[in-house]
Amino acid sequence: MTVLVKVMLKPGVLDPQGKAIADALHRLGYGAVSDVRAGKIFRIEVDTDDPKAAREAGSQMAEKLLANPVIEDYELVLEEAGAAAGAPR
Amino acid sequence: MSAATPADGAGAGIPRVAVVVFPGSNCDEDAALASRNVLGADVKMVRHDERALGDPDLVILPGGFSYGDYLRSGAMARFSPVMESVAAFAGQGGAVLGICNGFQILCEAGLLPGAMLRNEGLRFVCRDVFLRVESKRTPFTLAINKGDVLRMPVAHGDGNWTAEKRVYEEMLARDQVVFRYVRADGSRGEGGNPNGSLDDVAGICNVRGNIVGLMPHPERASEELLGGTDGARLFKSFATTRMAMHGA
Repeated sequence: MTVLVKVMLKPGVLDPQGKAIADALHRLGYGAVSDVRAGKIFRIEVDTDDPKAAREAGSQMAEKLLANPVIEDYELVLEEAGAAAGAPR
Repeated sequence: MSAATPADGAGAGIPRVAVVVFPGSNCDEDAALASRNVLGADVKMVRHDERALGDPDLVILPGGFSYGDYLRSGAMARFSPVMESVAAFAGQGGAVLGICNGFQILCEAGLLPGAMLRNEGLRFVCRDVFLRVESKRTPFTLAINKGDVLRMPVAHGDGNWTAEKRVYEEMLARDQVVFRYVRADGSRGEGGNPNGSLDDVAGICNVRGNIVGLMPHPERASEELLGGTDGARLFKSFATTRMAMHGA
């Protein structure tokens, strides 16, 4: 299965990158943009068909390494193998 | 060489310093040189994959870009085998100094509170800054006056230290802020803080006071040849503290 781990800075934590991107979007004319938060996505292939095991592995990896709980929150999204890449359009 | 000889090192013997070398450390030799020249120390370089620190008086986690700074600065160095030994050494009250990337690693490892964000201005900042000594409760500041202003360089992109409000309030109550960024005259305000860190924090310690992390580089300001000697005062303070502890 594929585990997507989305890591974002916690609400309220200053995000200098997001702020710079928002400024750039404003300069490009997107005046309606009121806020941008930049994050990270990790796409992790796990050798299992068991969604429960994949989710458990994903949350352990996020808590140990992928996210820093002092400043970041994470979210898991599970995908069946090949669901993203091989799906018919 | 203008190296200060540690004449006061007689009673307790020559200090032993372990400098940890991670893949991507680049201030390890500078830290070793400052330890030799200022402390007159016997320096052991300890690789990230080693566990034996060699019974040191002081462990230095040097600056650099450990593991390429991938993911987050210090995030991967934290899992190096050597860090288990560093944590055990610190747990017994051993003195640990984390400089720049070393500070980031100590935060990631949970040995110091808080975490690092990208610099407020998003730029890598490489210039001299002024630090005000805010606490004398660590071995590196015990022999320096509170309020003294030290000049030394910073060189980092992720030095914007932050902590949750509740955590920071506890730190203030326990006198854990060791250095703050100030202007040349020692006042806080515009131009002092190079990275946007919370409350102008430049360096902190753990509750016990034996683990200190700071973003500026004292080892790069430890000889006149390097443009300043204010950084040497941290090493000298450590030597003084060590002598006092050995009852000399």
